[in-house]
Amino acid sequence: MKKWTVILEIFLKEGIFDPQGKTVKDALHNLGFKEVEEVRIGKVLKIDILGENKEEIISKVKKMSEIFLANPVTEDFVIRVEE
Amino acid sequence: MMRVGVVVFPGTNCDMDTYHALRLVGHDPVYLWHKEHDLKNVDVVILPGGFSYGDYLRAGAIARFSPIMNEIIDFAKKGGYVLGICNGFQILLEAGLLPGAMLPNITNSFICKEVFLEVINNNTLFLKNYKVGEILKMPIAHKEGRYYISKRELEELKENNQIVLKYYGENPNGSLENIAGIINKKGNVMGLMPHPERAVEEILGSTSGLNLFLTLLE
Repeated sequence: MKKWTVILEIFLKEGIFDPQGKTVKDALHNLGFKEVEEVRIGKVLKIDILGENKEEIISKVKKMSEIFLANPVTEDFVIRVEE
Repeated sequence: MMRVGVVVFPGTNCDMDTYHALRLVGHDPVYLWHKEHDLKNVDVVILPGGFSYGDYLRAGAIARFSPIMNEIIDFAKKGGYVLGICNGFQILLEAGLLPGAMLPNITNSFICKEVFLEVINNNTLFLKNYKVGEILKMPIAHKEGRYYISKRELEELKENNQIVLKYYGENPNGSLENIAGIINKKGNVMGLMPHPERAVEEILGSTSGLNLFLTLLE
């Protein structure tokens, strides 16, 4: 079996207020970066996992995200697989 | 008298306060270790506050898969009484025994202070000794207490009178509709962010929590 590295990004769903992101955006404005429209702070998980093919890896990480790693009520997630 | 079990996860820190509050009113509670599968014939399960598994990933997300949670979910589905306080509430949400989820406080900070609550619905064992409209004083102590639920499910909560406690006067954490406590449809499962076990003696600044524990004696 091959070893894969999965980068899982988890963010609060669009429309849910992210106080950390807002505070960082305000700080960037204070630093003169007025062009910044929005900052969202999420989580990144790096998962090393064994498997035969990319599809299998994606489906496994999707399953673990749906039941455990992300909260379906408040969070969306994106899976990126590196060989 | 109902037999009450207090669940202890690694990182729980309100277990002894809850045990103390129960003893104070005459209960003889038992502790339930999270790795056990035996609920020791209790009539009521209390998931106390704290930081189970260090609040890693999301508050309650890991504790929700502790071995004893299988039994607690079965128990609740059969109509058993389950109360989640603070981290216990977060665990019940993660376990799907109550609808919605908790987000980090709108202030982005840990908040530890006394708040006022209004009893919205007392149609559950845990609140039946309180009057609707009664104002209670209890402390809160949490960083992830901003209650959130989708619009559609919020309407359902309202239709079924599942909102039982609301913050009164000031909304400390940004919870939707000032929600501080909810029940499931049957009313046998309740979760609240404030700490009733820290409001049981005059010296603690409030006795608003006493009635909740006294009810379980009947």
